[in-house]
Amino acid sequence: MDSTLAILAILDGVSYAALVFLVSVGLSLVFGVLRIVNVAHGSLYAYGAYVAATLSLVVAPISPWLTFPALLVAAVIVGVVVGGLMERFLLRPVYGREDVLQLLITFAVFMIMDNLQRLIWGVQPIFAAEPVKLLPNVSVFGVNYTAYQVILLPLVAAATLIGLRYFLRYTLAGAVILAVTEDREAATAIGVDARKVFLVTFMIGAGLAALGGALASPTTSLAPGMGADMIVLSFAVAATAGLGQIEGAAVTALMIGLSRAFIIYIQPEFEVLVPYLLMVIVLLVRPMGLFGVNRVRKI
Amino acid sequence: MNKRRFLSVAAALAAFAGLPALAQDKPKELKIGVATFLSGPASVFGVPAKAAAEMIAEDINKKGGVGGVPVTLSFIDEGAGGEALVSNYRRLVQDEKVDVTFSAISSGSCIQLAPLAEDLKMMNFMWDCGAASILEAKKYRYNFRTQANATPEMLAVLIYLLKTKPDFKTIAVVNQDYAWGRESWEIFSTALKQMKPDVRVVAELFPKFGAPDYSTEISRLMALKPDVVLTTSWGGDLDTLVRQANQRGLLQQSAFVLGIGETSLQRLGKDLPEGLIVGARGDHWFLHPEMKNDAAFKAFNEAFKAKTGAWPIYSVYHMQQAFSALQGAYDKAIKANGGKWPTREQVVDATAGLEFKGWGRPLTIRPEDNQGLEAQLVGVTKAAPGYDFKVLDNMMLFDPKPITNPPGTKSVDWLKTLTPDFAKMNVPTFRHGD
Repeated sequence: MDSTLAILAILDGVSYAALVFLVSVGLSLVFGVLRIVNVAHGSLYAYGAYVAATLSLVVAPISPWLTFPALLVAAVIVGVVVGGLMERFLLRPVYGREDVLQLLITFAVFMIMDNLQRLIWGVQPIFAAEPVKLLPNVSVFGVNYTAYQVILLPLVAAATLIGLRYFLRYTLAGAVILAVTEDREAATAIGVDARKVFLVTFMIGAGLAALGGALASPTTSLAPGMGADMIVLSFAVAATAGLGQIEGAAVTALMIGLSRAFIIYIQPEFEVLVPYLLMVIVLLVRPMGLFGVNRVRKI
Repeated sequence: MNKRRFLSVAAALAAFAGLPALAQDKPKELKIGVATFLSGPASVFGVPAKAAAEMIAEDINKKGGVGGVPVTLSFIDEGAGGEALVSNYRRLVQDEKVDVTFSAISSGSCIQLAPLAEDLKMMNFMWDCGAASILEAKKYRYNFRTQANATPEMLAVLIYLLKTKPDFKTIAVVNQDYAWGRESWEIFSTALKQMKPDVRVVAELFPKFGAPDYSTEISRLMALKPDVVLTTSWGGDLDTLVRQANQRGLLQQSAFVLGIGETSLQRLGKDLPEGLIVGARGDHWFLHPEMKNDAAFKAFNEAFKAKTGAWPIYSVYHMQQAFSALQGAYDKAIKANGGKWPTREQVVDATAGLEFKGWGRPLTIRPEDNQGLEAQLVGVTKAAPGYDFKVLDNMMLFDPKPITNPPGTKSVDWLKTLTPDFAKMNVPTFRHGD
């Protein structure tokens, strides 16, 4: 493989990693704080994509540039409404109960949302590519890339990572979330409303999944089953990184993105295997994941 | 009572006694169990086909039913897959006591259900699945395929390519990583090696089924610059691949062949460029050059569009073929039975060798292996006034017999016997609007 192809593979890997990070970081955040493995995370991704596409198709005739804020609005709507309702009415009653209950509930939500999605948006693939068309193509060694994928997506992913780090480490709300994560009882004893923290964190996690879906929506077809595919990949990233590790999710997403891109150039047969092969190797060496450690702060 | 009078009274009594027996024989309804995808990505085929089945059944019943018996439908979801699909199929046959089943879309489902149908002695029409091997591995009595298999479907596309772009030197493939993606490429590449041995395969890419992104595959293809790119992907996967390739200029760089792209044309709309080769898994096209002026065909298409908002796609026409075959088989069996309602065995006998017609050229179910012989239509995309999506132009209509592996042969073995002259067969070409 010559250096030209290597640069192409790096560009492809980074853009794919950006999307994978955006989807999986929400799953990690929710697990880190709520200790819940949210199987419905993939559905939130799908709903983010569908709502974004719906909004984009509505606002595009007014001004195509409005489709960019539509992506963000879609993520907020799904995060606050769907995420909020889910946490308040389905997850809150089972905190502290057996893990299997949470799994069953989130799995049931996944099934319900999947069926609801078909009722609302039907089964024919939907495509709303306006934001990609608005940005120019970038030529690298004669190969065209869309600026949306190689510039915008990595920028949003980097901003999300930095923003989340800043929020958790340098703001009062972030400090409160960390306090609840560290020791819920102690935090409650000093007056922190843990229920509110859980609600807000879940909404942020759901919103991040929806943001991933919303940002993916201009480049991909929205079709039944898209949520199920993404949840498996998100779990692989979260497990490899160490559940609850935000920076770990970023590094793992980058590892998966780059390995996948290089393998497509070198030995495409192994493409599907890459994320899971990485996960197995990492977990064999470090069972807690790349960044996971016992009894230390999880986010 | 004299002898003559006795005989006439006896005959009248016999006739009277016979009437209820005949009425009992003829059922109140003909129950059809249909396996189709109602969930998952393949519901892009399954849901329109279900809508078609309901429409066709209603129409049959309005016209008096099959042999005078109205049909009723029960659907099971192939999306459930595996054991759930098998249990649901058993329920259809053993609890609901359906008279015939149409199953299924996925070759995986057909491979599971065909032996079961055979065990249950249930007449089954494999109404959409394409894997050639199903009917090559075993001779079934109760299973029939009411359309072509993957061999003529791929061969027609390849011959079209060889006829229209004879000078290409390199090819790459991007297929979904599952049975259809692999098998269709095996058929295509085996035949290609025989018919044009100088072509070099520069990349064989099998991205994950349901992949949301093909950026890396597209980058690699742009760097490799193959003359032709083949894909037999479908549904959302095909839409994503084609749109991403178009956004990055790959469709302009290489000639694209969409092996079963007919189902995506309406969704891809104006974004799809002209000049892409498109196959249709049979001679299925709502503007079929030999059928487009047929009043019944036009009425069916209009009614389907009014019901679903889209023109019919090939799975809809395959569903029509299953119903046409059923009607044809019952009519033939009733005739052979002297006008009486036939037993299932008699209908099965009548189905082998049946000639029937859907919304394309006439079809035959080959008696040797119960394989359907179906014509193939391949065309090239073109903008046309009155349509907000690309339609098919320069359509070739292939007779099924020369491009289907003969009974008793395995598809790949037969493909290895082909020579470059095979592509020189005469095939009529039709322009859009002719």
